[in-house]
Amino acid sequence: MRYSGFKVLWQGLTGNKGWTRAWREPEPKPEYDIIIIGGGGHGLSTAYYLSKEFGMTNVAVLEKGWLGSGNIGRNTTIIRSNYLLPGNEPFYELSMKLWENLEQDTNYNSMVSQRSILNLIHTDGQRDAFVRRGNAMFLAGADAELVDAAQLREELPFLDYDNARFPIKGGLFQRRGGTARHDAVAWGYARGADSRGVDIIQNCEVTGIDIENGRCVGVQTSRGAIRAKKVAMCVAGSSGRVAAMAGMRLPIESHVLQAFVSEGLKPTLPGVITFGAGHFYVSQSDKGGLVFGGDIDGYNTYAQRGNLPVVEDVCEGGMAIMPMIGRARLLRSWGGVMDMSMDGSPFIDKTHIDGLYFNGGWCYGGFKATPASGFCYAHLLARDTPHPVATQMRLDRFMTGNLIDEKGVGNQPNLH
Amino acid sequence: MIINHPLLGPRDAAEFVYLGDASLIDRPDWQDEDAMDQFHAYGYLRDNPAGEHKELWYHEQGDRSWLVVTRNTLTHEITNVEIARDVARARGRDK
Repeated sequence: MRYSGFKVLWQGLTGNKGWTRAWREPEPKPEYDIIIIGGGGHGLSTAYYLSKEFGMTNVAVLEKGWLGSGNIGRNTTIIRSNYLLPGNEPFYELSMKLWENLEQDTNYNSMVSQRSILNLIHTDGQRDAFVRRGNAMFLAGADAELVDAAQLREELPFLDYDNARFPIKGGLFQRRGGTARHDAVAWGYARGADSRGVDIIQNCEVTGIDIENGRCVGVQTSRGAIRAKKVAMCVAGSSGRVAAMAGMRLPIESHVLQAFVSEGLKPTLPGVITFGAGHFYVSQSDKGGLVFGGDIDGYNTYAQRGNLPVVEDVCEGGMAIMPMIGRARLLRSWGGVMDMSMDGSPFIDKTHIDGLYFNGGWCYGGFKATPASGFCYAHLLARDTPHPVATQMRLDRFMTGNLIDEKGVGNQPNLH
Repeated sequence: MIINHPLLGPRDAAEFVYLGDASLIDRPDWQDEDAMDQFHAYGYLRDNPAGEHKELWYHEQGDRSWLVVTRNTLTHEITNVEIARDVARARGRDK
């Protein structure tokens, strides 16, 4: 069924009795060309682009819980492509371009809202760094705009410009950045993949990876063995656990990142604002709640909840740049488990086992990457060569010394 | 989380800085034949288990001791805390 404004109107007038399910609930077949482990945003977008762009439809997505039950529903919904390094920026700009056409492409309302993202500048050194970043963005075809404090005061009068420790001297805008409705992204991709013949199998936990003579030939699941020519891991947050089934150790630690929502407020924040000095990022959802987050808790964990010291730290960061939110009450907080890679950048690569592929290590930048991650992973799975914008996202880059060290601080698993 | 320091008693985890897997105590020998592979694994690869995890915490806001904490990464329950120096010496390190 194709969705349209006319259909909404017609269904509204006829009692909404004509809507059908957005995707099937198929039984797993004994064999597929490609099995994708993980029915989250990245797994579903991989399935979608495999079926749509690369004509591969004998594909199954295996999901342990329900569709989109992991980090695709636990992030702060920010989309942007304001990166610096050549290993990253073209990839994220591809993602941004896919976001811009996502709703038309999937015929699904993902509420993509290009309401802008702003990085605040507090020092001369930071301004130099952001000028460089803005130019790197231009080189990759993205947009960037440097503004001074006077212009910011007009646009965002509520920020604390004269903060004694971190006075605001300006900012770097990406006007095309913004937010999207995270669950709807997963649902749109699922519906699009399903309609082209991809089997999305929920409540099907992978319990083993079958390797014969150095080649991956399928998986064991809670619903029986399924054979496949290619198996694609796509389980950021649980990558360590799934890769361990294939005897792999990864350059990844699992950490928890908390996110927060305040009570609903009248429209007050026009776009996304990020405060790099104290690490705080915030936007306002269409329902009115302030959606914000900050640092990871900082210790290995697979529990989807964090601890109170970070709650305090994040809220202090918010108060430091916009004291006006001090009276708003915190409504909810939750945690998501992140694949923290050793250089803060992700992996889309083959593994040393034939027929086994790996996508993970998204740190806390996975949501914005959802379209390009799926597109590039589909390209790798279909053609066995990396997509041109994802050639540096290699699993062996720590051995070869080709780190994608966006922050320039060397290896440690607390970057993003 | 509360870390039961062997010398100071129960302390808030916020007083500590986290480093990572306690296998970081076992620094490879740079003169070994396969030192490069060993250092790659030491510097970058992790077991990253879901369950019991031995890890290094540094008591920065306290007595500045390094501790080996055994903690469950699924529940955050801490079952054992040792002074890292004792652990390292038990494994044959001289300090």
